[in-house]
Amino acid sequence: MFELLNISPQVLMGQLLLGLINGSFYAVLSLGLAVIFGLLNIINFSHGAQYMMGAFVAWMLLTYVGIGYWPSLILAPLIVGAVGIVLERLALSRLYHLDHLYGLLLTFGVALIMQGLFRNYYGISGQPYNIPDALSGGQNLGFMFLPNYRAWVVVASIVVCFGTWFMIERTRLGAYLRAATENPVLVGAFGINVPRMIMLTYGFGVALAGFAGVLAAPIYSVNPNMGADLIIVVFAVVVIGGMGSILGAIVTGYGLGLIEGLTRVFYPEASSVVIFVIMAIVLMIKPEGLFGRTS
Amino acid sequence: MTDPILSIEGLNGWYGESHVLHGMDFVVNPGEVVTLLGRNGAGKTSTLLAIMGILGKRTGSVKFNGTETIKMEPRHIARAGLALCPEERGIFASLNVEENMMLPPKVAEGGLSIERIYDLFPNLLERRRSPGTKLSGGEQQMLAIARILRTGAKTLLLDEPTEGLAPVIVQQIGRTIEALKAEGFTILLVEQNFRFAASVADRHYVVDQGRVIDMIPNTELDANMDKLHAYLGV
Repeated sequence: MFELLNISPQVLMGQLLLGLINGSFYAVLSLGLAVIFGLLNIINFSHGAQYMMGAFVAWMLLTYVGIGYWPSLILAPLIVGAVGIVLERLALSRLYHLDHLYGLLLTFGVALIMQGLFRNYYGISGQPYNIPDALSGGQNLGFMFLPNYRAWVVVASIVVCFGTWFMIERTRLGAYLRAATENPVLVGAFGINVPRMIMLTYGFGVALAGFAGVLAAPIYSVNPNMGADLIIVVFAVVVIGGMGSILGAIVTGYGLGLIEGLTRVFYPEASSVVIFVIMAIVLMIKPEGLFGRTS
Repeated sequence: MTDPILSIEGLNGWYGESHVLHGMDFVVNPGEVVTLLGRNGAGKTSTLLAIMGILGKRTGSVKFNGTETIKMEPRHIARAGLALCPEERGIFASLNVEENMMLPPKVAEGGLSIERIYDLFPNLLERRRSPGTKLSGGEQQMLAIARILRTGAKTLLLDEPTEGLAPVIVQQIGRTIEALKAEGFTILLVEQNFRFAASVADRHYVVDQGRVIDMIPNTELDANMDKLHAYLGV
C-alpha cells in the first residue's frame, strides 16, 4: 500500500505522530475553552496567552527558583489558574449580564497585554526548556523512532482529557456544573453558590491552558507568541466540535490533529488551511458543530 | 395563634423594567396549604419568584420564620429552608433522573430519604438513569417535587404543579400534597386549576394586578363562589 502511494511508512507514521501531538494540545486547549464557555458564556480569548504563561511560569520556576519539570507540571497550572481567578473576580464577573462580545473583547485585550509584557521582558527569540531526564531518548518501534517525551505528551493529555470528561459527566460536582450551565438561577435558588462555582470553573479552564503550556515547553521554545499562533486553530477546533461540548472538544481536538498530519503527507500545501476548510464545511452543514446541542 | 412561617408585607417586584407586584400582603401559617388564585398575568408566579429572591428586583418585606429575607441572596434563602418547584419544572436535560434528584443540597435534617421518595414515585426509580427531560410531563412534575423533598426544606413553593397533566396524575399530586401536609409541611401553591386548589388548600388568596384583593377560607368557599367567579372571570 505504501509503495502504491509512493509514501514511506516512516514519513506517514512520523506525520501521524506529529498530528497526534498537535491534536493533544488542540484537545486540552479546546477542552478548557469549552468548559469556560459552557458555564460562563464567555469566549476566553486570553486562552492562548494563558497557555503561553503556563510555559513561561515553568521556565521561570526552573530558571529563578530551580524547580524542575515535574513539580512545575502541578505548580504552573495552579499559578496560572490563580491569576485567572483574579481576572475573573476583578473584571470578568462584572460582564456576565452583558453580551458575549464584551467578555471576548476583555479577554482579547488581556491577552494582548500579557503577550506584550512577556515580549517586553523576554523578547521573541524564545527560551529553551530541556526535556526532563526521565523522558529523554526514545523507542525504536521498527517502523519509526518514537521520542519518549512526545509519547508522554500524548498520554498525559489523554489522561487529563479523560479525567476532565469524567469529572464533568459522571460526578456530583459535574452535575452541579452541568445544571448551572443550563439554568444558573434555579441552581442558585436551590442553595448552591453559583458565583463561586463560576469562579472556580474559570480557574480550572485556565489551569488546563497552563498545563498544556508546561507540556509544550520542552517541545516548542518558550516564547511570548506561542499561544497566539496556536489559539486561532484551537478556536476553529472548538467551532467544529460545537461550542461548549466537552466530548466534542476532545474528539475533534485529536481528530483534527491527525487530519492535519495526514494532509501534510498527502498534500502538504493544504496542511495549514485544512482545519479551516473543515470548519467552513461543518458550519455550512451543521452550524451548531459536530457535537453541539441545538438550542 | 402561632406566628406565621411566611409573612409578606408591601412586596413590590419588577421583572426587568416592568413593575409586576404592587404591594402584596399575605401570610402563611405553619402547616397550612395556601393557594394564590388569579387570572393569567396577575402576578402569582412573580410572587413565588420574589419570595425566593429570583425576580429581577424586589422591595418590601418577606419574613421567613421571623427573619427578614428581602436583602438576602437566593442561595441563602434556600438554605434557610424554603424550596421552589418552578412552573416550567426546571428539570435539567443534561442530568439523568437521579442526578436531578440529588442536585439540590440538603438544607436541614429530616428530608425524605431517597428510598422513601422512590416508594412514593416508583416511576422515577425505574427511569433513574434516563435523561431528566425524557420523562413524561407527569413524571417530570413528580421529579421536580421529589427533589425538593429530599432537601429537608419544610416550606414549599409549588408553581402550578398540575398544569397540563392528565387527571390521574393530578390526583396523585393531590394525594402527595395531602401526605406532605399531614407530615407538617407548609405549602404555598399557585394554581389555575380551581377545583384542584379547593381539594387541597386551607385558604385562598385572590391576586389581581400584583396585589392581594381578597382572602377566602376553604370552608367558606361555597358561600363565596359568585364573588370568586367574578374575580377569576370564569
